[in-house]
Amino acid sequence: MRSNPFCVLPMSIIFGIEGTAWNLSAAIVDENDVLAETTATYRPASGGIHPREAAQHHASHIGKVVRETIKKGGRNIDAVAFSQGPGLGPCLRTVATAARALSLSLNVPLVGVNHCIAHIEVGRWKTQASDPVTLYVSGANSQVLAYRAGHYRVFGETLDIGIGNALDKFARSVGLPHPGGPRIEELAKEALQYIHLPYTVKGMDFSFSGLSTAAQEAHKKHALPDVCHSFQETAFAMLVEVTERAVAHTGKKEVLLAGGVGANMRLRQMLGMMCEDRGIEFYVPEKRFMGDNGAMIAYLGLLMFKAGYRTQVPDSRVDPDFRPDEVVVKWR
Amino acid sequence: MEIIASGAEAVIALDGNTIIKTRVNKRYRLKEIDETLRRERTRTEARLISEARRCGVPTPIIKDVTDFEIKMEYIDGEPLKNVITPELSEHAGEIVGKLHSCGLVHGDLTTSNIIFRDGKLFLIDFGLAYIDSTIEARGVDIHVLFQTFESTHECHEELIEAFKKGYSGRLPGADEVIKRVKEIESRGRYA
Repeated sequence: MRSNPFCVLPMSIIFGIEGTAWNLSAAIVDENDVLAETTATYRPASGGIHPREAAQHHASHIGKVVRETIKKGGRNIDAVAFSQGPGLGPCLRTVATAARALSLSLNVPLVGVNHCIAHIEVGRWKTQASDPVTLYVSGANSQVLAYRAGHYRVFGETLDIGIGNALDKFARSVGLPHPGGPRIEELAKEALQYIHLPYTVKGMDFSFSGLSTAAQEAHKKHALPDVCHSFQETAFAMLVEVTERAVAHTGKKEVLLAGGVGANMRLRQMLGMMCEDRGIEFYVPEKRFMGDNGAMIAYLGLLMFKAGYRTQVPDSRVDPDFRPDEVVVKWR
Repeated sequence: MEIIASGAEAVIALDGNTIIKTRVNKRYRLKEIDETLRRERTRTEARLISEARRCGVPTPIIKDVTDFEIKMEYIDGEPLKNVITPELSEHAGEIVGKLHSCGLVHGDLTTSNIIFRDGKLFLIDFGLAYIDSTIEARGVDIHVLFQTFESTHECHEELIEAFKKGYSGRLPGADEVIKRVKEIESRGRYA
């Protein structure tokens, strides 16, 4: 560890690699900031993300991404962090292999981190949120999480596919390019009417697969902007409702938005209104920290490294179904 | 009229011996979605309260239902959490067993939603109730209740055993449900 001249506490420098799905990204962080970050994004030629092709993309770019990041800021690295799951198996394995190799060659410990928790922690780092209910929405994941008694608990989640995946599936079926979310958001602005679509909240969980199919059906009879608008309004209302329930249940005073779908301005507006009406704070990190990024993996790695977590190579196997509530949180 | 509770979805007011549950509008969602949801949920809740009652589960008597509002009998008793004993826990097991045997799931079973009055237990707040006869739905229902036993009552193991006894006496196939509760616990969700 290097010592900080302004502070008696030693600073830590962590190298982190993210590559659970479409985005391969490596970063170096210390307590205060992102020192370096390099990203290589997989863009399918047509259709959606193909797990094997994404992994091949990661494998062919990982060397360059790691080298460039090291070149930009790679001195005195204390540990190598990597996303151990959840994610696409082939992509996870590629990243884990690179992380193991880098940790061996730098002769520093390895720290395997949970991808969902990394989204929350980078949000707490880069906003004023301290103990929020987090709505984490991405292609594969849709969860409402909050910290309680040593774990990030899942208060609500999707019963089938993630909201991003649902948007992409619908977009693909009507001939919009991948990723579908931003195009749907644009088209929704031209809508003239709302078309009834199924709203599925069961207890604290939601489901999007039926909604996606119903939207495809609706498009046979209605204009595309109307369907896009109705899809967004229905899906986002489900997400906001469960987030509000978690807020009421836990009594927390903050909401944090995380994940790539968090870029959607209508979703932000709806969450913002709910928070305003309840008199609580709403936080949205800068866009670069919302979608999958290497900095969040490095930063959670830093928190865990300082709390004494080390991942031995035999325990570094990836877990495509790694749940956030499995992790015992000792850093807060 | 006095507001006695305010949740994420509804406001509960007391007027004499009548409870008025009003589902409030949410500015964040479209009017079309907002009104459909509130209307459907109000209607469903009233229907399930009555259905449970017809099955022999004590619930409040419904007095009136309008678009977003249910007027029902006020159960003026003690929440189970203040008076619980193994004997009452067994009784709670019996009424939940009866509810499940009718194909209903409460969705939010806590010792605050079970009221003791005149030597009888009443189930209230059917806001999250639904029709479901699967082992999973029943298991989650009971698991949520057991968690309130664990977090608020000292002799929770005794209470859980008593509940299981009452539950098993009223529901054919209760063993399967109780087995599932164990599995749900091990998943570490609904915590």
